[in-house]
Amino acid sequence: MRFVDEFRDPAAARRLLAAIDAEADRLGRSLHFMEVCGGHTHTIYRHGLERLLPDSVDFVHGPGCPVCVIPMGRVDDAVWLAGQPGVIFTTFGDMMRVPGTAGSLLQAQAAGADVRFVYSPLDALKVARDNPDREVVFFAVGFETTSPSTAVTLARAEAAGVRNFSVFCNHVLITPPLRAILDADQVAIDGFIGPGHVATVVGARHFDFIPREYGLPIVVTGFEPLDILQAVGMLLDQHAGGRREVENQYARVVRDAGNPAALALMGEVFEVRETFEWRGLGAIPRSGYAVAPRYARFDAEVRFDMPGVRVADPPACECDRVLTGQIKPWQCRVFGTACTPEIPIGTCMVSPEGACAAYYNFGRLA
Amino acid sequence: MCLGIPGEVIDIVDRSEHLATVAVNGVHRTISARLLAEDPVRVGDWVLVHVGFAMSKIDQREAELTLDQIRKLGKPYEEEMDAFMDTEIV
Repeated sequence: MRFVDEFRDPAAARRLLAAIDAEADRLGRSLHFMEVCGGHTHTIYRHGLERLLPDSVDFVHGPGCPVCVIPMGRVDDAVWLAGQPGVIFTTFGDMMRVPGTAGSLLQAQAAGADVRFVYSPLDALKVARDNPDREVVFFAVGFETTSPSTAVTLARAEAAGVRNFSVFCNHVLITPPLRAILDADQVAIDGFIGPGHVATVVGARHFDFIPREYGLPIVVTGFEPLDILQAVGMLLDQHAGGRREVENQYARVVRDAGNPAALALMGEVFEVRETFEWRGLGAIPRSGYAVAPRYARFDAEVRFDMPGVRVADPPACECDRVLTGQIKPWQCRVFGTACTPEIPIGTCMVSPEGACAAYYNFGRLA
Repeated sequence: MCLGIPGEVIDIVDRSEHLATVAVNGVHRTISARLLAEDPVRVGDWVLVHVGFAMSKIDQREAELTLDQIRKLGKPYEEEMDAFMDTEIV
């Protein structure tokens, strides 16, 4: 139990684990809980939670790693944008190392493209204001946690009359891939560890469809190991009591209705695309945001004559099956051999929130 | 990139632009509080900061416990702080 000593309240963790053991025993069957968010996957491996829990409780890794779900074609488009004359291409650091067909943004940078990593989309906007004679593009990725920040940035760009700034919008919605996974019915799922930070924006109520339409429990959950253990306990309690509902373990941060100001801004700046391509999940209807027509001059896909690359993901890579919970990272045929964090093939090995990187760095060593 | 790090609001830089200075583990940077416009931040508030935006108010005790846990993440925490130190939002 050496890991438990690192929890914010080790005594509470031990009590919870004892209660979970007893409840799992009483239920007497295997239960598979999907943690939606890559941040949860990281915590699970970092703290060895799989080994603390009874054998009958299993985590299934979900699709909620924003870097992981971007398909290779979009990375190729980003590299193309970065190579256009006069462009400064700005991105979160996590996207720099994702391999495209002809290399990553990091390699494009080494070859002379002006690629800069930024902490915030507002930093990208500042780069644009500081470089009025250059075209500055921001590589916008992320679920509903991050899309409001892009929305605010575009609203500021418009208010300030900035003319040399655009975003390559790859924001995605959390609900469509969950529905896709549940509808495909290829993975046993008995409940969800719900995404805490997405829920600060969309609200815990946003996940009502999971109990209502799919008859499964979901607990919106924080990112510490104790949060995840509590969520497992709450999911087991729902099973024991025959309940199927949305519960909010992360109420210290998440409200039922989310953040109305953020949702209103997203509604103004974005529109939902008819379809968006996901790594591992293929094209999912109404699953991504595009920049709304009113803000079209800030849309890189309108501003540039982009190739709109669509390529198959690398054949050796099994990110598709990792992202949909069908296999564990170590069951991928290239895991840890051809694909490592140093030389990744797939996105799940690039992002610290990717299941493969998390398992490579922590899981296999413990 | 999905980390939320607790910071204390130590100055309101521009009320109309919703800009505030926060201290995260002793590092002071300007962030946007636009997403909390309906419940404006004040000096002394603690907020969860994600990519330069205050996402949610949290209480101080909670902030301290969260920061303590995030520090224990090691590398992701260091990378997040490195990126935060680079921010120049004005």
